Amino acid sequence: MIIDETIVNRIAHLARLSLQDGDMPVLTDSLSKVFTLLEQVSAIDTGDCAAMAHPLEGHLRWREDNVTEHNQRDAFLHIAPRAEAGLFLVPSVIE
Amino acid sequence: MHHMTIAQLSRELANKTFSSVELTQHFIDRIKQYDPTLNSFITVTEAQALSAAKAADAVRAAGKAGILTGIPIAQKDIFCTQGVKTSCGSKMLDNFISPYNATLIEKCNAAGLVMLGKTNMDEFAMGSSNETSFYGSVKNPWETAYVPGGSSGGSAAAVAARLAPCATGTDTGGSIRQPAALCNLVGLKPTYGRVSRYGMIAFASSLDQAGPMTLTAEDAALLLHAMAGFDEKDSTSIQAPVPDYTAHLNDSLEGLRIGLPQEYFGEGLDPRVGQLIEEAGRCFEKLGAKLVKISLPHTHFSVPAYYVVAPAECSSNLSRFDGVRYGYRCENPIDLEDLYKRSRGEGFGNEVKRRIMVGTYALSAGYYDAFYGKAQKIRQLITQDFKHAFKEVDVILGPTTPNPAFKLGEKKNDPISMYLSDIYTIATNLAGLPGMSLPAGFIDQLPIGMQLIGNYLQEGQLLNVAHRYQQVTDWHTRTPNNYR
Repeated sequence: MIIDETIVNRIAHLARLSLQDGDMPVLTDSLSKVFTLLEQVSAIDTGDCAAMAHPLEGHLRWREDNVTEHNQRDAFLHIAPRAEAGLFLVPSVIE
Repeated sequence: MHHMTIAQLSRELANKTFSSVELTQHFIDRIKQYDPTLNSFITVTEAQALSAAKAADAVRAAGKAGILTGIPIAQKDIFCTQGVKTSCGSKMLDNFISPYNATLIEKCNAAGLVMLGKTNMDEFAMGSSNETSFYGSVKNPWETAYVPGGSSGGSAAAVAARLAPCATGTDTGGSIRQPAALCNLVGLKPTYGRVSRYGMIAFASSLDQAGPMTLTAEDAALLLHAMAGFDEKDSTSIQAPVPDYTAHLNDSLEGLRIGLPQEYFGEGLDPRVGQLIEEAGRCFEKLGAKLVKISLPHTHFSVPAYYVVAPAECSSNLSRFDGVRYGYRCENPIDLEDLYKRSRGEGFGNEVKRRIMVGTYALSAGYYDAFYGKAQKIRQLITQDFKHAFKEVDVILGPTTPNPAFKLGEKKNDPISMYLSDIYTIATNLAGLPGMSLPAGFIDQLPIGMQLIGNYLQEGQLLNVAHRYQQVTDWHTRTPNNYR
């Protein structure tokens, strides 16, 4: 399966990954090879077999509606790249 | 001291032959001496370890020691450890000091284990050679020009070189079992949900499991007992009691039915590896087991199905690394999109970026059904193969890897070849079954592992089979030449 530059750029945008200038030839080549391997998946006849998302059967547990966590805001902000006044700082999104 | 198993060390600590402080210092000295060559540790927590060892000795003096009290352990750097760097082998988390402990770490601490440090690993657990780590490759102590396997390569190398008596690993597609095989260790991936994933940095949430890496099956039984159990904080944690995994170690194998899948002994397997596994089979027959030929017909679809499912899940799990709340942030972002893209582009290594991109594409509009939807159905077929097999047999035996360890750099630029070497381990993760690797011999002085796969929650049976084998063989007692 051929993965070209246009596809690589689209996937990188979806994944929010910046690419270096020199990455493209290696990426197009390696992704093409990977998807050639993965194409086998779409070729197999799975009949009316049900999809399996994970090994466990059953449903997610319910729990009592009680507060079990305590406020650790300061501990979590302490490790943030940029934080101030109890907030994570990011470039402005609203002009 | 460093040649002793956990079981032996526990007896000697109880007999006061040495203290936990002395034992811990001994391993720290060995790490300082040998790890500059192996690169198996990212962080060595010397002061913390000696403090924990001192506390363990006090617990023992008060008459309250358990079997694991004071035993040193190396923890894979994928488990959040409060106040200690937790990097996941990545530049993205090079500056991350975890504010909390993973449940597994809490359980190990509660059992009295003494953490020596955090071991090196393939970045975000993506790799089979420990060559993708931001902190450099790990060397195989048996031959340092060769890989130790991955992603738990640091844990494997540390235990194999006797820098720690045991370690933890994680396994998404073979990352405990394969490095265990390449380094002559016992490595056990439990049933999915048996060990809590809370605080274990996620790669593929429906596949990841943590497990022990040890010198013997008996040691794995002791460590798994401490690690396993229901956790409220993990929504995929199984609510089943944890048995005493040592209780049935010595049970007879008389009448045990061991399945040999024809698909595990065909094309692609080094015939010398096949021969060693067949010899192991004959050993089990002498112990009273019966070998049964079985088929797992969808085996050859397990690699492509896994490499859709795992990257798809990783593309979702790794979206949390965006330069906002923790981890690496790029310099001077222009806007929010630039912040996300350059933080992630600069913070992740090439293999991680490749897998994120594979997963993103497989889940994208127009491709979801053809790739991810289909892969989920193949997963069902693979699981049904095992369920049919376990109506005829009790455990399944095969090689862990098609070949012994390969040279550093040999497959670094050939991801497909690397992916295909996971052929025997991957299906176990897709089905959520327990699997373990144990030493089965050597080829050109490189270890080979056999894999045992059990039915759901049958870790005790796997450990019994492995322990009985280790009572009549000595592969597991061997030490690499330069680390005696």
